[in-house]
Amino acid sequence: MRFEAREHTPGWLPWAAVIGAGAATLCFAALLLVFAGASPLDGFRELFIGAFGSRNALTETGATATPLILTGLAAAVAFRAKFWNIGAEGQLYAGALAVTFFGTGMVDLPSYLMIPFLLIVACVAGGLTLLPMVLLRQFMRVDEVVTTLLMNFVIILLVSFLLEGPWKDPYSMGWPQAQSIIDSGVLPQIVPRSRLHLGFVVALGAAVIIWLLQSRTTFGFQSKAVGYNAVAAKHAGISVSKTMIGIALLSGGMAGLAGAAETAGLKGYLTLDLSPGFGYTGIAVAMLGNLHPIGVIFSALFMAMIYVGADAMSRAIDVPTYLADVIVATTVLCVLVSLVLVRYRVLLRG
Amino acid sequence: MTPLLKVVDVSKHFGSLAANKNVSFDIASGEVLAILGENGAGKTTLMNIIFGHYLADTGIVEFNGKMLRSGDPRAAIEAGIGMVHQHFTLAENLTVLENTLIGVQPLWRPLLSTTAARAKLIRLAEQFGLHIDPDRPVHELSVGEKQRLEILKTLYNDCQLLILDEPTASLTPQEVSSLFVSIRQMVAAGLAVIIISHKLQEILEISDRIIVLRAGKTVGAVTTSKADKRQLGEMIVGRKIDRPQRSARTPGHVRMALEAVTTPATGQSATGLHGVTLALRGGEITGIVGVAGNGQKALAEVMSGHLRPTKGHIEIDGGKTSAASPLAFMQAGVAYIPEDRNSEGIVGDMAVWENAVLSESRNAALVKSFTRLDKAACVAAAKKICAANDVRTQSINQPARLLSGGNVQKLLIGRWLARDPGIIIACQPSRGLDEGAISAVHKMLLAARDNDNAVLLISEDLDEILTLSDQIAVMFNGALSAPMDNDDLDVVQLGLMMTGEGFDAV
Repeated sequence: MRFEAREHTPGWLPWAAVIGAGAATLCFAALLLVFAGASPLDGFRELFIGAFGSRNALTETGATATPLILTGLAAAVAFRAKFWNIGAEGQLYAGALAVTFFGTGMVDLPSYLMIPFLLIVACVAGGLTLLPMVLLRQFMRVDEVVTTLLMNFVIILLVSFLLEGPWKDPYSMGWPQAQSIIDSGVLPQIVPRSRLHLGFVVALGAAVIIWLLQSRTTFGFQSKAVGYNAVAAKHAGISVSKTMIGIALLSGGMAGLAGAAETAGLKGYLTLDLSPGFGYTGIAVAMLGNLHPIGVIFSALFMAMIYVGADAMSRAIDVPTYLADVIVATTVLCVLVSLVLVRYRVLLRG
Repeated sequence: MTPLLKVVDVSKHFGSLAANKNVSFDIASGEVLAILGENGAGKTTLMNIIFGHYLADTGIVEFNGKMLRSGDPRAAIEAGIGMVHQHFTLAENLTVLENTLIGVQPLWRPLLSTTAARAKLIRLAEQFGLHIDPDRPVHELSVGEKQRLEILKTLYNDCQLLILDEPTASLTPQEVSSLFVSIRQMVAAGLAVIIISHKLQEILEISDRIIVLRAGKTVGAVTTSKADKRQLGEMIVGRKIDRPQRSARTPGHVRMALEAVTTPATGQSATGLHGVTLALRGGEITGIVGVAGNGQKALAEVMSGHLRPTKGHIEIDGGKTSAASPLAFMQAGVAYIPEDRNSEGIVGDMAVWENAVLSESRNAALVKSFTRLDKAACVAAAKKICAANDVRTQSINQPARLLSGGNVQKLLIGRWLARDPGIIIACQPSRGLDEGAISAVHKMLLAARDNDNAVLLISEDLDEILTLSDQIAVMFNGALSAPMDNDDLDVVQLGLMMTGEGFDAV
């Protein structure tokens, strides 16, 4: 068996591959359900109902998709430029820290100013967290996979220190959590009595803006060239370092926004369990979305469906919730295989 | 006499491309067979099939009357086939002797027995005039010496058939003649040698028989003594050859001047510059000759803003350049045609139109409000570049990697010419191109020169330099000789200077 590079890749093929990967995932999941002693059809029905079957299910799926869209964008933007930002988790907490710092009483503005202000500071904080790593990579050739990954632990330990110490809410009954975001800074619900908040709209808007930025502007043009062939881009007079810095600020900024959405939207205050690994799942979201900003929206909704639906499924037919994690992991593996098939043709002989 | 190697009806396809189509030939011991053909004619594919790197779709390869196990280089080596690739496969940090033993000595023996090996290596070197010191580390060797080592490696493995892929590509004229002496000795000792080349003159000198490949097919098989150079040339390209000639020059004023420029080394096993002084005038092509790795890359990079001089300075149009950035040099009027057009020139996964305007993302004519790229204007500009320079595409939207080498090069040069540069730094501009594209590239460079551009031409192809250049300077060990007028030049002297003999730096 041999792989041969395709000369022509039709435009629909990457999307067909992603959908094929989704279908393959469901087949594997069906096998797992059988192993767990349940009927796969029942399982999928419960999963689907749990994710989309009611008003509550729909808003829960949307609320879960919100941070995933943003961390997915963070990974997609960076990976397109071959900048391997594995640190969205840390940048998310950096955004959350900034929102907590400014949003718990230090600044008090009317809501229509306070919310944009908090979103911007979170975005800036996330971007600045990634800035040293891109500088280290561009000017000292330090591998960014290592630096961004390790920075996650630094920031999470910093959050832990602040929540156990100086920032601990005195009325929290001993829980490590910060004071609540003041009312004018809280992202309003977009469906009453649900957890779906303004952050969802912000995430959709961010995806559209990044899509326009990538497809329409000179910055998008330059970052595309840098991503595909940095040497040729440099030869054509494009400043690779400046472009990479722009990409890093954008990528970190998106992760920071995710932190703002979770802190000021979903929870209302900063806790240590703010993110159950949204930063890492974002990588899978970006891969499944073909690193395309609009694709990220759909893949984040898909992932959210699996997480929310698997919860419901486990309650209804008594299978472990871990199935959700397994399904997500299988999805990523299937997507990676399908992307290889997009680039290469498999020849059985020769 | 039974042939040593017999190739019958070999075909090989890559996707829809037929790299070899029903190729048959044979070679007997004591014979030199030349395989001629342009780049992409299928020469290397054919040799890789014989050597077992590729599996043929159809056809048979017989060696010594026996079928070779196909797709297995080890079978070919054991049978007695040795191949020296154009790009050497040596371990730079090991010595000559150690390189010879790689793959020969069993790895689990605690002590290498080198006495016998050393004796054999020295005997072979003596016998075939391939002089080399067994204990020198490979990274200290010159290109010619590395090639000798590659040949010695195959002889050490008792090869009966030696395949040389473009053996003279980066040798000086003197090294070429010494290589030919060795080849004659090997043939006299009963070896068979296959030489793959596109250099007619050398082939006529060394071979007994010639076969010509074009587009994967054998288009001619002749005995060298009866061959006619012009006829062979036309067989290779399939039509009459038409290379442009340069007209009388009209030198203008100095556009770019290097003043005692020194740089660190750049790239692999290459040298930097040591106090290079050079002036480029408008309306003039300055050719740089030299054995590869003598600082040509550093020269090109320092003159295009990719490398900062550690000493000395560069003036463009009388003004000193301060920032060493490709962008600053580009804006000052420098166009750099890099050596490796596919990895340094184009972005293969982007469309032809995007590549055509890659250097223009700051061009106000192509950018609308909010830094939006004006796609219609970009496509129009790209179409203009393609039309003006005969870049043949199926569509302006196709990925640039699908273009042929010639079209890629025409696109790149066209992109720079559209900026009306003033100074052109061209590195190996026609390497790996077919005859038609070479002549197009030469025409573009000559037209640019006649249009009062100052052109620097760095090439390992001596013929190209001699055809195009108004003045020629020799590069040796990071230093540059004074430029010599092309019209009263002694080629033998030039060759000697390339090896450092009679070389005087400015």
